[in-house]
Amino acid sequence: MIQWLNDPGNWTAQGGIFDQLWAHLQYALIALVVAIVLALPLGLLIGHTGRGRWLVTVANAVRSLPVLGLLILLYVMLAPHIHGRGDTVYLLPTEIVLILLAVPPLLASTVAGVENVDPAVRDAAAGMGMRGGQVVRKVELPNALPLVFSGLRSATLQVIATATVAAYLGLGGLGRFVYDGQASQNFAERNAGALLVALLAVVADLLLAVAQRYTVSRGVSGRFSSRPDASTSAEGGPPELPAPPATHTA
Amino acid sequence: MTPPGLTAPPVLLHHAPTAGLAVDSSPGGMFSYFSDHRDEVLNWLGYHAWLSAVPVLAGLLIALPLGWLARRYRWTYPPLVTAAGVLYTIPSIALFVAMPELIGTQILDPINVAVALTVYTVALLVRVVADGLAAVPEDVAQAATAMGLTRRQRLLKVELPLAVPVIAAGVRVAVVANVSLVAVAGTIGVPNLGQLFTTGFQLSVGNPYYPPITLGIVLCVLLALVLDLLVVGATRLVTPWRRAVGGS
Repeated sequence: MIQWLNDPGNWTAQGGIFDQLWAHLQYALIALVVAIVLALPLGLLIGHTGRGRWLVTVANAVRSLPVLGLLILLYVMLAPHIHGRGDTVYLLPTEIVLILLAVPPLLASTVAGVENVDPAVRDAAAGMGMRGGQVVRKVELPNALPLVFSGLRSATLQVIATATVAAYLGLGGLGRFVYDGQASQNFAERNAGALLVALLAVVADLLLAVAQRYTVSRGVSGRFSSRPDASTSAEGGPPELPAPPATHTA
Repeated sequence: MTPPGLTAPPVLLHHAPTAGLAVDSSPGGMFSYFSDHRDEVLNWLGYHAWLSAVPVLAGLLIALPLGWLARRYRWTYPPLVTAAGVLYTIPSIALFVAMPELIGTQILDPINVAVALTVYTVALLVRVVADGLAAVPEDVAQAATAMGLTRRQRLLKVELPLAVPVIAAGVRVAVVANVSLVAVAGTIGVPNLGQLFTTGFQLSVGNPYYPPITLGIVLCVLLALVLDLLVVGATRLVTPWRRAVGGS
């Protein structure tokens, strides 16, 4: 496996590691951007108005569907109707599944984040003369951000893992090495693919953790340099906010 | 005129809907598909249930002492939870594939999947157990001590029972996620309901052939539902006081 990874040809060749890494990132980014655009405003709205909570329940029910079955079902349904060039026939069903899987954690955590905002804080904002939209943007969103990030991290893991499985259909991405290596009994390639996928997931999670550290207000996360002994939890979040456990099903 | 369900190929023609016969390839054809391949599908269902449930039990047994450790000796909390988080970040297919290298088993040995899923369950539950124990009200723990309970009695008789609902919520998440994860292992040849999806995929070259795919999805969802209900039922059995006060 080390030998396989050490061969520069495996990195730079067409369909090599760089190509597939870039493809994998593209699949994941498209799905995440679409999911954020859909779930974040909707989650803020549901959390702010307290209406439409059933949407969260419905979205959560999606999580109990088998990812692989969903991928193959959509592929089989859509394939006869897609006559585009290249990867479209694999990409479209995959992106739909990825978005479907990324929305529930984002939606649930955004709603939970807004609902967890201290009512006194919300009242204070209204008392200062803020309108509904201002309360959402200036008070509820910043306060909900730690939980929104935990949902985003969960969604990112799910998307990266599922995009790997989509290589079974024939899509590109790092999963190609896993399935191609499996098919050709080239276990060095297969294991290298597995390692790369794992590294990608860990690095992506790390980057999001860093992004979270820089975007979440210190007033919310409770990180004050002058109070190193403050009773903050291990991740710097306020201990009273239980993050929903991150799950991935692929 | 015979109903389409009766003209499906006999079991001898395993997996091969012959072109000449009128095979119901719509999603509704899953019922006749099931009756034609009953033994095989039930076999896969059995493997799938085993692979979904046993790793969760094993993982829970490992996570309980680790979670207790993270709670009892606070300095172990950050490294344990971080390690668990990193483990849980690894996509399942990567872990399935890497297992033979890590524990020296055969490539297609179902034990690879079982161990990988146990690792996931431990990773998920360590933090849940530690946080569940931490959520026990301090005055309750002090009352237990004041009544003369030793540390171990306090843990087993007071703190652990009170943490059960939190831990059970984590177990439910783990078991439902596992059903989906096991199916993914089907793509590398491990026998389970995932084989229904790969079969459907292979039979759909050219024309869509839905029955095995829809059957697989329905059976997976049913299995997840049944396992989830089992966890809920077991939780109710070990927390009788919650029923007494009408808690959920």
